[in-house]
Amino acid sequence: MNEGCQGCGCGGGAGGGESRRSVMFKLGAGLMAVGGAVASVPIFGALVAPGFRRYGNTWLDIGAVGDYPAGETRLAKFAIPGASPNDGETATAAAWVRGMEGDKFQVFAVNCAHLGCPVKWFQQSRLFMCPCHGGVYYEDGSRASGPPPRGLFEYEWKVENGRLLIDAGLLPGLQETA
Amino acid sequence: MLRGLRAILGWTEDRSGAIGFVAPILTHRVPRNAKWWYVFGSATLMFFSIQLVSGVLLATLYAPSAADAYQSLVYIDTQVPMGWMLRAIHGWSSNAMVIMVVVHMLQVFLHGAFKFPRELTWMVGVLLLFCTLALAFTGQIMRWDQDAYWGLGIGASIVDRVPVIGNQLRNIMLGGPYIGGATLSRFFALHVFVLPGLTIALVGLHIALILKNGVSEMPKPGEVVDPATYRRDYESRTHRTGVPFWPDAAQRDMIFCGLALIMVVGLAAFYGPFGPNGNPDPTVIDANPRPDSAFLWIFAALALLPAQVETFLLLAAPPVIVLGLLAVPLISNRGERAPTRRPVSVLVMLVICTALAALTWLGVTSPWSPVMDAWTSVPTPVRLVERLTPLQMQGALVMQNQQCRNCHALDGTGGQRGPDLGDVGSRLSWDQLVRQVQQGGGNMPAYGKTLSAAETVAVVAFLQACRTDGQPPSSIPGALQRSASPDLPPVASPVAAPAAAP
Repeated sequence: MNEGCQGCGCGGGAGGGESRRSVMFKLGAGLMAVGGAVASVPIFGALVAPGFRRYGNTWLDIGAVGDYPAGETRLAKFAIPGASPNDGETATAAAWVRGMEGDKFQVFAVNCAHLGCPVKWFQQSRLFMCPCHGGVYYEDGSRASGPPPRGLFEYEWKVENGRLLIDAGLLPGLQETA
Repeated sequence: MLRGLRAILGWTEDRSGAIGFVAPILTHRVPRNAKWWYVFGSATLMFFSIQLVSGVLLATLYAPSAADAYQSLVYIDTQVPMGWMLRAIHGWSSNAMVIMVVVHMLQVFLHGAFKFPRELTWMVGVLLLFCTLALAFTGQIMRWDQDAYWGLGIGASIVDRVPVIGNQLRNIMLGGPYIGGATLSRFFALHVFVLPGLTIALVGLHIALILKNGVSEMPKPGEVVDPATYRRDYESRTHRTGVPFWPDAAQRDMIFCGLALIMVVGLAAFYGPFGPNGNPDPTVIDANPRPDSAFLWIFAALALLPAQVETFLLLAAPPVIVLGLLAVPLISNRGERAPTRRPVSVLVMLVICTALAALTWLGVTSPWSPVMDAWTSVPTPVRLVERLTPLQMQGALVMQNQQCRNCHALDGTGGQRGPDLGDVGSRLSWDQLVRQVQQGGGNMPAYGKTLSAAETVAVVAFLQACRTDGQPPSSIPGALQRSASPDLPPVASPVAAPAAAP
């Protein structure tokens, strides 16, 4: 701006050309900044919206209480609530349900507490094993060996009219435990 | 005819100046000694071009929706004429691009070519390295199979560990609170729009910087870089002894690129496309997720990091690695370029390369992972079950049924997580074996509550018989008395000196 003006020989303030140009430039820059900011809100808002929404778990029916007999740990599959039609198979999730005496249960996320890989239940040795980095858990979900920093994530459960319900839906992680 | 063609060409050149623009770029002078060491950057660019063309063609066939992606890949592989080959070339060429960008970088580092005045060229190159790796990672997600799904799960778990805002960042990354359609769409946009666009822009900048500062000469010991005189000396030398890039230097690039391309097409034709490996169904628990080859070293590091420092290293390492690589020319931009005069640099490079190679190899073998089906699929070696007592035989069954083999090998077969038990009888005494089985420890789960006293006796009897020929049972005094917990049933040896397998 200024360099171009010095070269033009108009002598600065003569006729107020420089100050007018400076005002025009500032006006243009200001309008662009305001316009850009206004346009950015919807453009990037859509991108970062999932970071500002509060998601919660939902009570989901995972079957009759009788489907999970005491002494056994079985895989429960459920549909993720509020899934989008584009999700396909990924709109489903699974949990390990440990049946105990007296209609008591423990419901674990299948995701390893280390880095989220799917743990597998072994009925004979009563252990969960993770295929990725070798995390192992006991049947009550506590850590047995390997890199996990804690035991398996547990979902809350309740029994209503003979149905087992769990409070689930979100992908569990160390900060959002289940 | 020829005259007409020449007239059209002349008219186009008069109006556009295209040849006048391109000719000096093609014929810019390069050092005479820039020979075979200098072909890797061109090869990287060639593979990137292959990726652009094959990628656009794949985008005409691929359905970027979580509901359809997997089936569309199966369709491309099985129904589209030459579709499998298109996917194979895109996959193998992506591996070749990663390899070439790394080799190119190692050559530049080894020859000190990042020094004055080419610091910015190096920095842009570092950004291109991470663009390439990001393209490789997002490309693996396009496969939308089990590896992609659980790979995203690992990425989400890492981001989730960021203090305070980890969960929010994770949801932004996934496009919601779970891995689904929004996740694939996000990574599709990254893989086909954002990252290729960024890479094209950075490649342009990289080449503009090369043209501005010239291609570095082969380093000679004693020929030091001095920013005060370097430019003048370089220009006078290349003016005197340099050769035009086209055709003198380009011919080597063409030979190398041609051979590399033929090799990649050959690999693609022979080995076929990568995946897709199994539906991305989160309820299929039998998945055995593994990352693509460029990320196996990270996969290995994640298994081997001590738990106390894991979160810190996971979050601190990426910025340290990026900033460290960017800062290389700021640490030293003058002086000797020859590797023989830069022993510390060469040593650092060798240590890093060795570490990455070792971690990658560990990632391939992943000895820390339980072999999930070993307990049903791996036989007990005949040597170990010959002439066993009924009790020991029962113990061999207990060992198999309790999934011990998922983590323990017998004579080399089975999981590698724990020690090979083929000779454990000569290493641990009866009492030590009982203690280890019941209480675990040393990264082994405790089986005290799972096994009955009879099963424990049987499995320990079998383990004591697991010895190399001629070795006596270990008789080191047991640790049982010292550390057994009172709630575990006492397990004594059934006979004073258990029968040894002959």
